[in-house]
Amino acid sequence: MKIPLIYNVRSVMQRPVSTAFTALGIGLVVAVFVAMLALANGFASALTKTGGDDNLLVMRKGADSELSSGISRADMNIIASFPQIATGSDGRPLVSPETYVVLNLPRKGPDSTLLANVVMRGVSQRAFEVRKNIKVTGRTFNNGQSEVCVGEKLAARYRNTAIGERMRFAGREWTVVCHFTADGSSFESEVWGEAEQFQGAMRGGNSYQSVTLRLADKGGFEEAKRALMGDQRLQVDAHLESTFYADQSKLLGRILSFLAVMITGIMSVGAVFGAVNTMYASISSRTPEIAVLLTLGFKPHSVLLSFLVESAVIAFIGGVLGCLIALPINGMVTSTTNWASFSEVAFAFRITPSLLVSGLVFAVVMGVVGGFFPARKASRMPVVQALR
Amino acid sequence: MRFIPLVLSNLLRQKLRTTLTVMSVALALFLFASLRSVVTQLEISGQVGAANRMIVQNAAAFIFPLPQSYANRLATVPHVTGVTWANWFGGKYGDGKKFFGPFAVDPVSYLDIYKNDFIIPPEQKEAFLRERTAAIVGPGLLKAFGWKIGDDVTLQGTIFPGDWTFTIRGTYALKDPAYGDEQFLFHYDYLYERNKENVTPGWFILRIDDPQQSGVVAKAIDDEFRNSTAPTKTGTEQAFSAGFVTLFGNIQLLLGTIGMAVVFAILLIAANAMLMNQRERTGEIAVLKTVGFTDRTIFTLVIVEAAVIALTGALIGLGLAIILPKATGFNAFGFLPGFHVTGGTAIVGAVIALFLAVVSGFTPAYQAARLPVVQALRRVE
Amino acid sequence: MALVQIRDVYKSFRRDTQSVDVYTGLTVDFAEGSFTALMGPSGSGKSTLLNLVAGLDRPTSGSVRVGGAEVGTMNTSQLATWRSRTIGFVFQSYNLLPVLTAQQNVELPLLLTHLKKRERAERVAIALGVVGLTDRMDHYPRQLSGGQEQRVSIARAFVADPQIILLDEPTGQLDSKSSEEVLSLLQRLNGEFNKTIIMVTHDAKAAERAKTVLHLEKGVLMERQEAHA
Repeated sequence: MKIPLIYNVRSVMQRPVSTAFTALGIGLVVAVFVAMLALANGFASALTKTGGDDNLLVMRKGADSELSSGISRADMNIIASFPQIATGSDGRPLVSPETYVVLNLPRKGPDSTLLANVVMRGVSQRAFEVRKNIKVTGRTFNNGQSEVCVGEKLAARYRNTAIGERMRFAGREWTVVCHFTADGSSFESEVWGEAEQFQGAMRGGNSYQSVTLRLADKGGFEEAKRALMGDQRLQVDAHLESTFYADQSKLLGRILSFLAVMITGIMSVGAVFGAVNTMYASISSRTPEIAVLLTLGFKPHSVLLSFLVESAVIAFIGGVLGCLIALPINGMVTSTTNWASFSEVAFAFRITPSLLVSGLVFAVVMGVVGGFFPARKASRMPVVQALR
Repeated sequence: MRFIPLVLSNLLRQKLRTTLTVMSVALALFLFASLRSVVTQLEISGQVGAANRMIVQNAAAFIFPLPQSYANRLATVPHVTGVTWANWFGGKYGDGKKFFGPFAVDPVSYLDIYKNDFIIPPEQKEAFLRERTAAIVGPGLLKAFGWKIGDDVTLQGTIFPGDWTFTIRGTYALKDPAYGDEQFLFHYDYLYERNKENVTPGWFILRIDDPQQSGVVAKAIDDEFRNSTAPTKTGTEQAFSAGFVTLFGNIQLLLGTIGMAVVFAILLIAANAMLMNQRERTGEIAVLKTVGFTDRTIFTLVIVEAAVIALTGALIGLGLAIILPKATGFNAFGFLPGFHVTGGTAIVGAVIALFLAVVSGFTPAYQAARLPVVQALRRVE
Repeated sequence: MALVQIRDVYKSFRRDTQSVDVYTGLTVDFAEGSFTALMGPSGSGKSTLLNLVAGLDRPTSGSVRVGGAEVGTMNTSQLATWRSRTIGFVFQSYNLLPVLTAQQNVELPLLLTHLKKRERAERVAIALGVVGLTDRMDHYPRQLSGGQEQRVSIARAFVADPQIILLDEPTGQLDSKSSEEVLSLLQRLNGEFNKTIIMVTHDAKAAERAKTVLHLEKGVLMERQEAHA
């Protein structure tokens, strides 16, 4: 025999302020929960989406970031000759040798001394082919010209980065000829120019920092890695491009999820306490009613269920509120540092449907946990005493 | 004073509920104090540095080194009384999961310039200076890896490939914990010998005789090297630290917003608890009024009750926030050396608790004070 | 001059949209040292009379004077202070504070005086002695029987030494033995301590103990009986 939900709804309406406060308290916890995970989500996806899972990134042995790596032109030629490499539409191997430097560039904003570290990636036209998710607006740079292509996220935040404008760095002026997107990945926080130009202006010499190549066989990573690392002429490490960048986000990702778990964990305990209080108060003020229900023949477990549902519904409403509070931050761009290269990575808060669902589940769990002991107290109420 | 037993009895009437409310206030203030401490700690980290020290970097980017020859030229700049240099080594130990940054430093001049900040026992210092492969390692790092003085440790170079073995000859104590207890310092010459063709100093550190002149010194240096192959960017050590802190991104805003949400959520919970308590006591308040309690006394009683809850919670929460980092040595994976709750944070926390007391107590207190006796009594009878 | 003078009092309540008249010109006196039982059916305005005398409620028009003071003209704060010195109130359902012991409940009105802690304790001990509950002073209300609770609430009503004690159905929830005890106590307070007592009751036996019995019906004084004793 079920106690009709309308009873709970009417009872809840009797105490609108308490109910609203409890729901809103839970809502705020859910909002923080969703927002923090959206942050961790956005950051992780910026770096995990950087690089394809059929691309191989080759760096010098022992180097843990492109910044500290170095590959000579001769080594690059050896690498480009490996048979595991896919060929492009022109019949030549899909190999992109790249230089990598981090420079100070001025951010937009009133403070002209606001500099941040930006990745300058020297590439060839091949780089746009090897990376499948790059979409270019404008024309790519011409050979032999001081021209650059600017990542979309960077363009919004740094000076003189609109197409047609001129940026000044490394002692030269560079014309911005295109912008590009890369699925929101950290490539969008980089400036790309011709490798030969960047070599001349920055690092000097004609060596590269890394070589990225497309595998002919998608599952052939292990084999290609063995071949490259086993070659006596080379001293290199080979990484799957996607996992390499994902690994760079691990430390910060860990800090962010630690923060998310700690903060929302502590907050949720507080909110559960609040829910427990509300439900206890609600039950003690309804003592005679519960006694009547029990006398009428409702089973104790129906009473338990009824109050659990009441608490869960209040919490669920709070969860919905929390999701609504958090929703506007979706897509907001913020930035932090990729500690492997000390360069700035811009990324967007990402609220996914599954994140919202987990927020709601979290809310209901808080409600059920908070409602359990009061509900059990109600169901075990000695009828005679309660009716007195 | 004479009403204290009354307030206490009311608080103890619903022990569970009072405890839960106190605990939620405590949790909120714990969280608030901890979050704010992250922000203040970052600010402190951004101010690390002596006023009389300056850093000279490559103007293009910090990853580019500077020529060794600059050392002598820098020493001749007016107001400069000491020059040393260091290099970012970028090694990892074991599985590489623990992040730390070994520096190659010019031993004699470096320890001289930092002699007031890193306190090293004289015999350890001597042992370090004597031996080319010796290292000085911070106490935090010794603890993290289980190293001790005299150990040989091998790091894998990430920028400078290969295995590098060092002998730990000393450790240090810090005057200012914000310098970090996870430093790893070794001889610049050891690095240079194995990489003669591509090692030059990463940055120079200067000591000047008059902090007031730092702007003049910076301008003189940057002007001197403007048209050379490696232009410089010179600033105070504090500006250097501040630049490092900005790398974290806008943490202040993030944590500030969360802190607000936490405080607000707990405000709701505390206010709710007080409201419910008062609603249940409507009849009793009416009785007190027939006995002759004035509206003002009743108002005060309720506010005091709210205050006791808020302040007890604050005491527990802030106390935990102060004690826990000390007890556990929490430093956020090494990013926040010397993490602690500042006096300012404790005061702000206490103010929030007071605010909490007033706001959560006001409505129920007002309602209680304004309660019409006859109506309330009718409900009682 | 009578201690309590009620002159030409009109009183009406608003219940939702309807206006209900309780009194349409009630005039009655209660002399100092009197012990009056107020009887009458439900809704006859007995309790409202107590509320008016205690200053808990105000007449719509007319005058309520107690000890020469016009109750209706005092503000709430003055009323509260005046009440704590002049009136003791006893309810049908005792209304002791459940979180306080018998002793602390009785002490409540004394907290509003300037008495020192020790003096307060003495007064409470005397009051509890009068009602015969010295050995129960540390008990909480739920540990007392109904009669004991009512005696504690009477002790609370006279501990501050008010001139007037108002009782609303004091024996309504008590068995006959406890009722007897309470009524004897009231007679003693009236006789020995010269308290003016006004008691609303349904119980004819209780009314017999009073010196005067007043019958109210629909807000009108119907008959007045003087006791022979």
